[in-house]
Amino acid sequence: MVQNGVRSSRTFQIVNISIMVILVFLAVYPFFFSIINSLNDGTDLRRGPVLLWPRVFRFDSWEKVLSDSSIIKAGMITLSRTIIVTVIQIFNTALFTYAFSRPYLKYKKFYVAVGFASMYFPGALIPTFLLYNWLGIYDTYWVYITPILVGSFFNVIIFNANYKAIPESLFESAKMDGANEFRIFFSIVLPLSKSVIAAISVFVAVWIWNDYGTTLFFTQNTDLQTIQYYILKLIMSNAGADQVSSAASQNADITKLINQTGIGRTTAETIQLAAMVIASIPMIIMYPFTQKFFIKGVMLGSVKG
Amino acid sequence: MYDKTVDKPLLLNNEKKKTFKLGHDFRTQFELGIMLWPSILHIFIFVIIPLFGYIIAFKDYDPVSGVAGIFSSAWNGWNNFMIMFNSYDFIPMLRNTIGMNLLASFVSIPVTLFFALFLNEITSSKFKSFVQTATYLPHFISWVIYGGLFVTLLRSDGAVNYILKQLHLVNKPIPFLSDPSFFWGIATVTSLLKDLGWGAILYLAAIAGVDMALYESATIDGAGRFKKMFYITIPCIKPTLMIMIIFAVSGILNNNFTQIYVFQNSLNLPTSQVIDTYVYQFGLQQLQFNVATAIQLMKSVFALILLWGANSLSKKMTQSGLF
Repeated sequence: MVQNGVRSSRTFQIVNISIMVILVFLAVYPFFFSIINSLNDGTDLRRGPVLLWPRVFRFDSWEKVLSDSSIIKAGMITLSRTIIVTVIQIFNTALFTYAFSRPYLKYKKFYVAVGFASMYFPGALIPTFLLYNWLGIYDTYWVYITPILVGSFFNVIIFNANYKAIPESLFESAKMDGANEFRIFFSIVLPLSKSVIAAISVFVAVWIWNDYGTTLFFTQNTDLQTIQYYILKLIMSNAGADQVSSAASQNADITKLINQTGIGRTTAETIQLAAMVIASIPMIIMYPFTQKFFIKGVMLGSVKG
Repeated sequence: MYDKTVDKPLLLNNEKKKTFKLGHDFRTQFELGIMLWPSILHIFIFVIIPLFGYIIAFKDYDPVSGVAGIFSSAWNGWNNFMIMFNSYDFIPMLRNTIGMNLLASFVSIPVTLFFALFLNEITSSKFKSFVQTATYLPHFISWVIYGGLFVTLLRSDGAVNYILKQLHLVNKPIPFLSDPSFFWGIATVTSLLKDLGWGAILYLAAIAGVDMALYESATIDGAGRFKKMFYITIPCIKPTLMIMIIFAVSGILNNNFTQIYVFQNSLNLPTSQVIDTYVYQFGLQQLQFNVATAIQLMKSVFALILLWGANSLSKKMTQSGLF
């Protein structure tokens, strides 16, 4: 009886570990695949994809991507936008939530109503498009910045749950000592919420880095392309070879890049894979480091929120 | 202003605590206002004002007339909605939207739950955190890159067809991306793979909160691993499960545009056209502003009703809801 239990438990552990290994493989292999294929010789790759290791190792596709001026420009736009918006939005959310979390705040119901309205009334595409036109931010760099300087109210809820962990007596004694609200925020609240700030910053930065909708919906100028949009066009122009091409694939600098690379060591496919790998490097580097922060953030949000 | 700090101890000593409330002075409220109002103003401009734009769903709006035209154009009642209902695209679009969401929820909620339950059974904490870290990876990659990867893998000359051919399972490459019958499957599997690890965090957090004494007494009573899973863990994390179901139900008209747009092409359109892609295509590309807005208004109203309905049903059945 006991032995039977031990044996079935061991079988279970083996089966379970195998399932987990398969899932890890499914999660990681596609990236490994794109890395090895982007590092393979382009002409050689036409014989068939490499599955384990490059047959003919070439760094040319990566070099070509990293020296292409339109990709670099798209990368700079994405990077600058990500940094500017993340910093301002997180600061703003932290500040807003501080004021919002004060028990002595008057008209709190009003702020709650506005916050929930912003969460549950979804913005419609066309009215937003008209608004951006009216504000004059359509097809400018500002469309990447201005509309998202204030974050989602979800983040306010998560910050609020974290602020509740700070003992109220700390605020009271600071107030008794004559500290004003800004002083309390900067010298008590901010230093005590490093982990939630780190967690939400990662969420926001990942979201902005990965966003291509803004480019697709609200810009036309090719000088305003983000890296994700640029890669989308690369993918579509490659896929468009055997399918009916889409609007996004007809673009001068994409055609230039592909024609330039049509023969020899690099092909449109290796260029696309190299661009995909390079564009995901910042996120891949960032996420394991901040993992412990964001798990804390998510858990607090889900348990208390 | 300086008086206040002098006043405080006096008031407190005179047992008039109730008349003085900490932070109710004008200066404090003013400072809090400075913290709050930039965001409130921003929400008004970027969230509340566009809501008025929904009225073009009931108007004969001409895109050339700009913002002024929203108010000056003539009312045309339910005309835009009728154009939408009578369109040949409407029924397939609705079917794709709801069908794809139902399929994704039916697959991803149980699979993610069981992934979390099984991961929880792993005894080595190092291996456990390794699995978690590895399975989060796709969540941090954009849909352009993750989807693009699958587009590359599934092309007629891609790796999947290459392997199938090498194994002599197929003679001709399978047109995964251009044959409409594959689209729902591709969308479901890729979104499952992308968010499996991430989605499990919520369940794992809920599982960690279950009282250990329950497991101990069940073990004494002779319950096995699976019995404990089904009779202790799952009932204990029901609130989390309910929240996931509420989100799934209320989002049934809300497809992941960023995902679908990457996989969509003109050949798989019969099964890939959903409300969100239709609004983009019909609205911004063909400039049918009023009809596109009518579709989105209908979608938003139904989404709010569904959210409210799912939430109140969940409250009635399990005493736990979102709000």
